[in-house]
Amino acid sequence: MRVNRRDFLKASGGLIVSFSLRAQGPLQGSPPLNQLDSWIAIAGDGSITAFSGKEELGQGISTAQQQLVAEELSVPFDRVKLIYCDTALTPDQAHTSGSQSHPANFNTDNLGQAGATAREALFRMASQKLGVPVDQLTASDGVISNGSKRVTYGQLVEGKKFSLALDPKAKRKSPSQWTVLGKPIPRPDLPELVTGKFEFVHNVRLPGMLHGRVVRPPSVGATVASVDESSVAGMPGVVKIVVKKNFVGVVAEKPWQAIQAAANIKVTWTPGPPLPDPSTFHNSLRMQPARDTLMVDSGDVDAKLSGAATVLKATYLHPYQMHGSMGSSCAVADVQADRATIYSATQAVWYQKSTSAMILGLKPENVHVIFRRGSGCYGVNGADTVTYDAAILSQAVGKPVRVQLTRKDEMAFENYGPAYVIDQRASLDASGNITTWDHESWSPGLGNRPGTNRPGNIITGSLLGFPPADFAPQSAGPAPVRVNNNSNAVPSYLAAVTGVVQSGRVRTHAVESRFFTGPLRSPARLQNPFAHESFMDELAARMKADPVEYRLRHLRDARLKEVLSAAAKTANWETRPSPKPGNRRTGIVAGRGAACVLYEGDNGYTSLVAEIEVNQDTGKIVVKRMIAASDVGPISNPDGLRNQVEGGALQGLSRCLGEEVTWDNQKITSVDWRTYHSLPLGFEVPKIEAVLINRTEGEVMGAGETSITLVAAAIGNAIFDATGARIRQVPFNAERIKAALAARA
Amino acid sequence: MAITLKVNGRSHTLDLDPATPLLYALSDDLQLNGPKFGCGLGQCGACTVIVKGQAVRSCVTTVKSVEGDDITTLEGLGTPDKPHPIQQAFVTEQAAQCGFCLNGVIMTAKAFLDKNPKATEAEIQQAMSGVLCRCLTNVRMLRAIAQYGKAVAR
Repeated sequence: MRVNRRDFLKASGGLIVSFSLRAQGPLQGSPPLNQLDSWIAIAGDGSITAFSGKEELGQGISTAQQQLVAEELSVPFDRVKLIYCDTALTPDQAHTSGSQSHPANFNTDNLGQAGATAREALFRMASQKLGVPVDQLTASDGVISNGSKRVTYGQLVEGKKFSLALDPKAKRKSPSQWTVLGKPIPRPDLPELVTGKFEFVHNVRLPGMLHGRVVRPPSVGATVASVDESSVAGMPGVVKIVVKKNFVGVVAEKPWQAIQAAANIKVTWTPGPPLPDPSTFHNSLRMQPARDTLMVDSGDVDAKLSGAATVLKATYLHPYQMHGSMGSSCAVADVQADRATIYSATQAVWYQKSTSAMILGLKPENVHVIFRRGSGCYGVNGADTVTYDAAILSQAVGKPVRVQLTRKDEMAFENYGPAYVIDQRASLDASGNITTWDHESWSPGLGNRPGTNRPGNIITGSLLGFPPADFAPQSAGPAPVRVNNNSNAVPSYLAAVTGVVQSGRVRTHAVESRFFTGPLRSPARLQNPFAHESFMDELAARMKADPVEYRLRHLRDARLKEVLSAAAKTANWETRPSPKPGNRRTGIVAGRGAACVLYEGDNGYTSLVAEIEVNQDTGKIVVKRMIAASDVGPISNPDGLRNQVEGGALQGLSRCLGEEVTWDNQKITSVDWRTYHSLPLGFEVPKIEAVLINRTEGEVMGAGETSITLVAAAIGNAIFDATGARIRQVPFNAERIKAALAARA
Repeated sequence: MAITLKVNGRSHTLDLDPATPLLYALSDDLQLNGPKFGCGLGQCGACTVIVKGQAVRSCVTTVKSVEGDDITTLEGLGTPDKPHPIQQAFVTEQAAQCGFCLNGVIMTAKAFLDKNPKATEAEIQQAMSGVLCRCLTNVRMLRAIAQYGKAVAR
C-alpha cells in the first residue's frame, strides 16, 4: 500500500526534474521545492509525470496544471499525468486555498518554472546527442528535432537524472505562444464522475476496514462526565468504544452498526457555559476584549469628519456562515503501532501529516497522508477533523477505519466563516467627492486551520485536549507604511490601495468566538466588500450620482476601472442615480446594482452587476441576471474560469439570501438542510454572463473567489435601486427585506 | 437476515439487518461509488437511486422495503466509455465542480424526464427543487438536464 517516492520513480523508470523559491520552507521530509526532480519525471516511454502540492477540489486546477506542464514541455495534454498531494510523492505547497494555486504554480516559481527548466534541459541534452545547436532545434509532441535528426524525450532521459535546480531564468512560454494553455480543455475527471466510477475519499475501501462514528457533545463546550459502555454491549458488530478526554467514538464492523451504536451509547455530558444571546450578538462583539489592528491611518480622519458638510454613517452585519459541504466529511485511516497511512480530503496533506502525528503520538516521518477528493469544501470544512477522528479510532483498534460524519456533526462543529460587524463613516465635499473614509470592524474567531502544529484549532483536536491557537487581546500598533489588503478591509476607493481618496482609516478588532471559525470561500474578503460596496452605493445615492460613474471617479487602478466598465457595458447599464425613478411602493419592482473589487488587494479584478425583482408584498427576491466580469491575467482555461465565475456567483447568492448559522443558549440549531438554507438545484436561476478579460502578458491571478465576493453588495444595491430600501444585514431573507421596506421614509 | 437486492440487473443476497438503509448495502456491501451519503435525512438527494422507475432516496429507504425490486444506480446507466445520454450531456456541458452531487442530480433528473418527457423548464426546476449542489453548478447542470430532456422528447 505504501509507495515511497523512490519506489515510484523506479517503477516509472523515470527521471525527475525540480525546484522553488518559497520564503518559508516546506516541512521536513518533503521533496525540495528548488529541485526539478520534485516536480517532473519523464519515463522511458516519454510519458511525463508532474507532481504538485495543489489539489483538485472541484475548482478545475488539476486540468489547468496538466495544461501548464504540457504547454511548457510542448506535448499534448494527454501525455501528462498529474499527481498531487501525497506526502510520499509530492512537494509541500502548504494549503490549496486562498485562490493561490494559480499564483503559486503558474507564475515564476514551482511547477511552471519546473516545466520550463525541464524543457531547456532536454534541449541541451538533445543538442549534445544530435550534435545540433540548441537554437536550431524545435520540440513537438515529445520529440526534439532539427528537421532531419530527431530524438524523443524518453530516449534523452533513459537512465539519467536531471539532478538540476529549478532555473529561475528558464524561459517560459508567453501566453501569445500557448497552444495547450488558454484552451477550454474539458476536465478529464468528468467521465468517471458522471458514471459513478470516480473514487472520492468516501469510496476508499481498505482490506479489513472497519467503520467508525463519533459522538460529539450535545452542546457547545460540553465535556464528558461519564460514558456507559454497557449501553451498547451486545449490539451487533460493535468492536470498540473509544473515549479520550472529551472525544467519544465507536468502531463497528459495518457502517449501519456503527451508526446504531453511536446513536445508542449513553454518554453523560457536563454542559459548557451558555452561548451569547443571538438577538444582541452582533453588538456584543464591540464590548469584548480585542486584538486591534490599524491597517491604514492618514491621521486626519477625525478632523475631516468633524469639519465636513456631509457625513454618512452606516453599520453592516454579516452572520456566521458554514461551508456546509454536500457530502458530510469522511476519511479513512490505517494506523499501526508505529506508522499510519491516511486518506484525507484535507487541503494541506503535509500539515495533516504533522498534526496527525501529534494526536497519534507518532513520528511525522511515519505518517503518510494521501489526498482523495471529498465533497466540495470551500475552505476548512470537516475534512481535517474527520481525518483525526478516523486516525484516533484506527489507532484504538489497530485496523483501518473509515469515518463519515453525520449531517448534524458536520454542521454543528465545523469552523464557520466568521460573523462581522462593520461600521462605515465617510465625509463628502460640496461636489460629492469622498473626502475621508473611516472603516472599523469587529469579528469573532476561534481556532483555524490546524497548520503545522495546532490540532486543537478544530473540534476533534480540541476534544482530545489540544488547545486552539492562543487569543491575546492587544492594542493596535502604528499603521504599516505599505498596505497589505489581503483581507480587503481597505476600501478600494482609498489612495492607499486602488482609489483616489487620500484620507482614510481602517481599524479591525478580532475578538474571541464561542464557535470554531476558519476560512470560508472569500474569507473576510466577502464580508468587507459587502460593507464597502454597499456603503459606496449609499454615498452615490446621497449625491444623486450614478453608482458606476461614482465608483469610477473614485478609482485610480486602470484594470479595476476596466473590469467595472466591462460588466456595466455588457449589462447595458443605464446611467442614472438610484433608486430607480417611477418604481411603485407595492407589488413587484425591478432594480440593478453593481460592485467591484481587486480581490485580496492583488489577486483578481472582479465586478458584478445584478438585475433583480423584489416582491414588496412578500419580501421575496428573484434575481434575473448576473453579469460577472473578471480580469485574472492570462486565462489558463476559459471554460474552467467560466465555471468558477458562474458557481461563485450562485454560491454567493445562496449565502446572501439564506445562509446563516443559528443557535440557542446551548447549541447550534442550524444542523441540516431544513435549518440551514442553501439554494437548491431547482430554483429560478438567473441568467449568468461571465465577461472574461484575457491578458496576453503579466502574472496570472486567482479566480475561485472573485464573483462570490461581490454578490451580497450587488444584490443589496439592486434592492435599494428597486425599492429605495437599504438592507445592511446578510442574509437578505424575506423578513429582513420586509423590515427594510417598512423602514423606508 | 438474508435479503436479496436486484441492483443494475444482478441479484445479490446479503446478510443484513432489514432496517438497514439501502444506501449502506449499496456503498458498503456492493461497493458502489455512485450513491452517496450526503445528509442521511432525505434532504439533499446525493443517495438517489431509481427503483421501479422512481427516484428514491436510498439513505431513508430500508433494504427490506425494496427487496426484489429493480434498483438502478448511477453505475447502471453507463460507463466512461459508453455513457448514458444524460451522463454524456453532463460531460458535454462540463456540468460539475466537485462532482459529489452528480449522482443525485443525474438520477433525479433522469427518473423525472423519463416519466415526463414533455416537461417545461418550470416543471424541471420544480422536480430539482429538493436536490442540492453546494458548488451551485446550477447553470450548467440545468443545461445538461434540458439537453437530455430534448433527447427524450424526440
